Amino acid sequence: MPVESGLPEFLSGYRDVERVKRVIDLIQQRTRQPWTLMEICGGQTHAIMQYGLDQLLPDEIELVHGPGCPVCVTSLALIDQGLWIAQQPDVIFTSFGDMLRVPGSNGDLFSVRAAGGQVRVVYSPMDAVKIAVANPDKRVVFFAIGFETTAPANAMAVIQAEKLGLKNFSILPANVLVPPAMHAILSSPGNRIQGFLAAGHVCAVMGYWEYPPIAERYQVPMAVTGFEPVDLLSGIYQTIDMLESGRVAVENAYPRAVTFEGNQAAQKLIFQVFEPVDRNWRGIGTIPNSGYGLRKAYQAFDAALHFDTGNIQTAESSICIAGQVLQGTKKPFECPAFGTLCTPQNPLGAPMVSSEGACAAYYLYKRGS
Amino acid sequence: MEQDQKQPRQVQGLSCPLPHTHTETVVIGHGSGGSMTQDLIRSIFQSQIGNEILAEGNDAARLQLFSHGEQLAVSTDSHVVSPLFFPGGDIGRLAVSGTVNDVAMLGAHPAFLTAGFILEEGFPMADLNRIIKSIADTCREAGVQIIAGDTKVVEKGKADGIYINTAGLGLIPEGRKIGGQFAKPGDAVLISGTLGEHSIAVLEARGELGFESGIQSDVAPLNHMLEDLLAAVPDVHVLRDPTRGGLATSLNEIACQSQVSIHLTEGAIPVQPNVRIACEMLGFDPLYLANEGKVIIILPEEHVELALNIVRASPYGKYAARIGRISEENPGRVLLHTAFGTTRLLSMLAGEILPRIC
Repeated sequence: MPVESGLPEFLSGYRDVERVKRVIDLIQQRTRQPWTLMEICGGQTHAIMQYGLDQLLPDEIELVHGPGCPVCVTSLALIDQGLWIAQQPDVIFTSFGDMLRVPGSNGDLFSVRAAGGQVRVVYSPMDAVKIAVANPDKRVVFFAIGFETTAPANAMAVIQAEKLGLKNFSILPANVLVPPAMHAILSSPGNRIQGFLAAGHVCAVMGYWEYPPIAERYQVPMAVTGFEPVDLLSGIYQTIDMLESGRVAVENAYPRAVTFEGNQAAQKLIFQVFEPVDRNWRGIGTIPNSGYGLRKAYQAFDAALHFDTGNIQTAESSICIAGQVLQGTKKPFECPAFGTLCTPQNPLGAPMVSSEGACAAYYLYKRGS
Repeated sequence: MEQDQKQPRQVQGLSCPLPHTHTETVVIGHGSGGSMTQDLIRSIFQSQIGNEILAEGNDAARLQLFSHGEQLAVSTDSHVVSPLFFPGGDIGRLAVSGTVNDVAMLGAHPAFLTAGFILEEGFPMADLNRIIKSIADTCREAGVQIIAGDTKVVEKGKADGIYINTAGLGLIPEGRKIGGQFAKPGDAVLISGTLGEHSIAVLEARGELGFESGIQSDVAPLNHMLEDLLAAVPDVHVLRDPTRGGLATSLNEIACQSQVSIHLTEGAIPVQPNVRIACEMLGFDPLYLANEGKVIIILPEEHVELALNIVRASPYGKYAARIGRISEENPGRVLLHTAFGTTRLLSMLAGEILPRIC
């Protein structure tokens, strides 16, 4: 058993020490002045911390962590709605695992489960459809969170449920979209972002045809970036190269997964089932056309129509600065509750919970530094 | 040199801040073996039933029954695995191995076990038979006897098939001082083999992987391997089996108990390729996955080679490796040195391990 060479080439090649060193050298040589970049995706934030890539970059480059953590930006109102639905006796509430520990106004899905609610972790929304088929006497609800990345699978679950004629399946639509968030960040008065690492997985689905107008309008170059060390550093290099040479463009530093057009079949599914709606982002506020709602033809699968959740009063922690962290204006360390009142097992805000949240990344990998 | 400046700054005298939780009910994370479990133990159990022996915080308790000579090691463990049968083992082998190993982690010779069974009404007799046979086989392998037992049956729906509690007794030879509090700066850290197989095998048996990994649980009694080790290298400071919470959590416990820091070399930590790939797909970190047949060995640097040779001679220690060292600055911390020359904190597991979204 080859213990050392634990990974297939398609992964180990992008974690190769020599290649990492070469890209770092390129970045060092190219960087002449200070630049502030934002990595959109929380998965990238965690990878950067996990490999300590920020320690290898020249001091001139500051990485600011973006809002790309789907459970972090899901509004408190939606979470409270989910918690309420999950407490109903005839409901099986299904969700990606990350969501279970995210605090609502009163508790989280784990505490709903501890109180007898049927809450199940699924790896795919299709599993939720299977649960609905197997439990015809229960109402099965899937918490459809995620960026554009999860939208095709969420759409597919709805289409399958329709094909199967399921009356006991619905989703709580909560998908959010990257381009409107970029607009919101770049147009905010305190914006410091000079270049973006666009989220590779989102672009694998959507392509990056939506980004050139944003880059142009705000004069901010972007590189579509993957998640392995060599990918991340290549994205940083390409962005720095554009900044240093005064070019504004959208380049693809993740060509093995991303094309300009993206996955057309997936996009077709999304647009068949969903349409853009205004969405409230936790800690940021409402961003126009920044989420997916179900189209009229599929509204029978909207959990909001199945359950009268009435007037849920939401209450956000007054200490948590998640909003500023998600917009990149503050670092997790700047929060008075960081690591004391707010920890992964007792989170005040979602960024401390998720495997994609910036506060959790700092807590896990950099606490006390 | 610039890289050195960017490593996490040193925090002197910081001792494992464990914040309080405010959960009003027991949640699944309280059983994860990570910091939520520790909080629960601290706030509810130790505050009311704590004593000096319990406070040592090792896998087994050390009792001085006589004024000198041998000491007694005592441990207890409840087993609630689902499913009951999984690739590489079953709840019976687990119930014996888990307790035998906990007793052996103090350097004791496990000799006697007790076993308590909670059975759910309707549980198939054939399954019970199979589990008891597995218990008998594992006891034979470990050289221990079950000397007391108890059986309770609860109504259908009040338990999940079968729960087994075992307690273990063993004698610690005179002069042997092994425990999580004895790691010393300058010591080396060894692991007896590859990490994470038990967790992945159980996930696969639950049908949660979505693919076949071919991974077998590592569940095994390690007492013979450890007896061979201690016979040749008596000067071992710490033995700890990285079960729930994985290597990362066990090392954090040791760093706290001994008030030292632990430095790991990421590239030296052995993980089977299939476990790595399963982890990549599910978003798990093998350093947090449970093992049921592995041991962390901390001992003076000069014994490393001999210790590795002895452990590797056992069928349960073939892939043993030196993975790190103990240092005195930054007490209570575990730091991971990556192949890229960067350093990061390796935290304790918080609550339940959750798969990521995308």
